[in-house]
Amino acid sequence: MSILVDRSTRLVVQGITGKEGTFHTQQMKAYGTNVVAGVTPGKGGIRHEDIPVFNTVAEAVRETGANASVIYVPPAFAADAIMEAADAGIPLIVCITEGIPTLDMVKAYHYVKSRNVRLIGPNCPGVISPGKCKIGIMPGHIHREGSIGVISRSGTLTYEAVDQLTKLGLGQSTCIGIGGDPIVGTLYTELLELFEKDEQTEAIVMIGEIGGTAEEAAAEYVRDHLSKPVIGFIAGQTAPPGRRMGHAGAIIAGGKGTAAEKMARMSACGIRVVKSPAEIGQTVKEALNR
Amino acid sequence: MKIHEYQAKQLLAKYGVNIPRGFVAHTVQEALEAARQLATFPVVVKAQIHAGGRGKGGGVKLANSLDEVSELASKMLGMKLVTHQTGPAGREVRALLIEEGLAIKQEFYLGIVVDRAASRPVFMASAAGGMDIEEVASSRPEAILKEYVDPTVGFQPFQARKLAFGLGLPAELVSQAVRFMLALYQAFVDMDASLVEINPFLLTEDKKLYALDAKVNFDDNALFRHKEYASLRDLNEEEPLEIEASKFDLNYIKLDGQIGCMVNGAGLAMATMDIIKLAGAEPANFLDVGGGASQERVENAFRILLADPNVKAVLINIFGGIVRCDMVAAGVIEAAKKIGVNVPIVVRLEGTNVEAAKELIRQTGLNVISADGMKDAAEKVVAAIR
Repeated sequence: MSILVDRSTRLVVQGITGKEGTFHTQQMKAYGTNVVAGVTPGKGGIRHEDIPVFNTVAEAVRETGANASVIYVPPAFAADAIMEAADAGIPLIVCITEGIPTLDMVKAYHYVKSRNVRLIGPNCPGVISPGKCKIGIMPGHIHREGSIGVISRSGTLTYEAVDQLTKLGLGQSTCIGIGGDPIVGTLYTELLELFEKDEQTEAIVMIGEIGGTAEEAAAEYVRDHLSKPVIGFIAGQTAPPGRRMGHAGAIIAGGKGTAAEKMARMSACGIRVVKSPAEIGQTVKEALNR
Repeated sequence: MKIHEYQAKQLLAKYGVNIPRGFVAHTVQEALEAARQLATFPVVVKAQIHAGGRGKGGGVKLANSLDEVSELASKMLGMKLVTHQTGPAGREVRALLIEEGLAIKQEFYLGIVVDRAASRPVFMASAAGGMDIEEVASSRPEAILKEYVDPTVGFQPFQARKLAFGLGLPAELVSQAVRFMLALYQAFVDMDASLVEINPFLLTEDKKLYALDAKVNFDDNALFRHKEYASLRDLNEEEPLEIEASKFDLNYIKLDGQIGCMVNGAGLAMATMDIIKLAGAEPANFLDVGGGASQERVENAFRILLADPNVKAVLINIFGGIVRCDMVAAGVIEAAKKIGVNVPIVVRLEGTNVEAAKELIRQTGLNVISADGMKDAAEKVVAAIR
C-alpha cells in the first residue's frame, strides 16, 4: 500500500520552468513519477521537459486530472501557490520552498485546512513511496521499497536514516519530510495514524528536532493509538537555547522545546528513543527482531 | 532579527502605541541634552543591549538631577552589562535611552507570538507584569490570559476587552487599553514580527497606559519585504564570525567546543554536533554549508571555522544525495589547500561515487582522514584532538 503517494499519483509541478523546478522535474520523471503538468503563470501553452505547462493550477487540473502538486516557487510567492493549489482542489500539496514568512504561512495553513486538503511542508524534502512515486528533492536511489515508514522534520538527516535502513536491508513504505518551519501543514500525528492503518508498514521511524511541541503530541498519540513499533531520534541535544539552528522552527524558546524534554516524553510513551543518530537503523532492526 | 528597546518603541509609536517621552543617547553629552529636553525629574537611564534582565544587572537607573544623569551615563556607557541572558562575558553598552520617569500604579504584561501548536498568533496578557514571564508561564500558567487570533479576521476588539477586563483594569480604562492592544496587534502584523512584548505594560497614577519597556523581534524570513529594517540591525550585538558567515549566506552559530563542524543540512548538522558530544568532545559550532556543498561555499566555511582559535580539528559530514561525492571531495581538497588548513580534517561523505571520493582523499597528502558513517567520523575526529 504505502501512504499519501503511489502509482496512481498524477503530479503537477508549480514553478516547473525555474531552475529548481526543471532539475527536480527531470529527477522525479527519471524515478518514475507520473508528472502530468506544470504551472508557470504567463508560460501556459508551452511544453517544458516534454510536459504541458499551464498558467493556473485550476487549468492544469481540468486538463490533466492532476491529483497532487509540488511547489518550487520562491518564498515571496509560495504561500499564494499553496492556496492556489488548494483552491483548485488538489488533495495533496507538497511545498519544498524554504524561507516563507511565518505570517504568510499562518494564512495559507488555515486556507488549506478550511478546504480539507493535505499540505506537506513547507521547507521540506518531500514525500517518497520507494519504487512507486517520488515527489520532492530527495535522492531516490538511497531508498528501497519495504516496510518502514519514516517521518522527519529534516532533509539530509532523513537521508542519513533512510541510508542506514537500506544498508541493513530494511526498505521503506513511505518517507515524509514534514518540514523545518514553525508552521507546517502536517505534523507527525496525522501521518502516524496513516502508517498504523497501512498494511505495508511494520515499523515507523520518527525524527524530530528542538523547538515546538509536535514530538510530545506525537508521543502521546503513539502511546494511545499505535500498535506498531516506533523508533525516535531528536536532533539538537547539544543546541544552545534561544538560537535558531538553521531551520526557522528549530529553536529552544523560553526554556521550551529542548531535546531532553522531547526524548523523555517519547520514551515515557513507549517510543524507542536513540541518542546517537548512527543507531537509528540498527534500532529499527532490533525492534523488528530481524 | 532583534532590535533595541528604543528602536522598538519608535516603531510602535507610529502605530499609536503609547510610549513614555524619551531620547536615545550615545554620549554623556547627548544624555544631558536628552534630560534637558525632557525637562522633568526623575528621568530613567536605560542601557540599550539585546538582552533581557537589564534592570537586575544594573542597566536601568533613576536620575533626579542633571549631575546624576551625567554620572550614570558615564558609568553605563562602555560598561559590560551582565544579565541572565548575556552569559558571563556580558555585553558592552553603547547606547542609552533617557526617558521621563512615570508614577507607577500597576504593572502588567502583554505579548504577541505565533503559537506553533495552534498555527496562529496568540495575544497574551498577565497581571504579573514586570516579572520574568517565562517563570510565570512555568510556575503559574493560569496567570497568563490568552486570546488566539483568527488569521482571516485578525485580533478583534472583543478579544482586547476580554483581556483588559481579565487583567482587572477599571472599567473607565478599558477603552484606552483596547486601543493600545489593537495598535500593538496591527504593529505585529505590519512589521512581520515574530515577537512583540510589552513588559511592563504600565498603568500610571494619573490613569494612563504606557509601554514602559518594549521588545520586538522580526521574522527573518520576511525581512525581504522590509528593507527599511536593515538599518536597525546592530552588528555590535552579534558574534563577529556569525556576521562574516552571514555575508556568504552560511548558517553558522559559534559554540564553545574544539571540533569545528561543516555539514549539509540543518538537521544533520545538529545530529553531527550531538554525535561529537556522545564521542566525548564538544562541537565548536553549528554550520550548515548548504545542499550542494560547492567548493566556494566549503572554502568560505573553512575560513570561518578556522578563525575560531578553539578549533583543534574539523569534521566534515556531507550526505551527497543527488550531488556527487567525488565532486564534493575535490572541492574540499582544493579549499583545504587554498586556505592552508593546518588542523586534522575528518571527512565523511555518503552518496553517489563515494569510493572515488575516498580515493581522492587518500591521494592528497593533506592531513585529511576518511571516515565511514557518522559514528566512525565522530570517533576519529575526537581521537585527532587527543
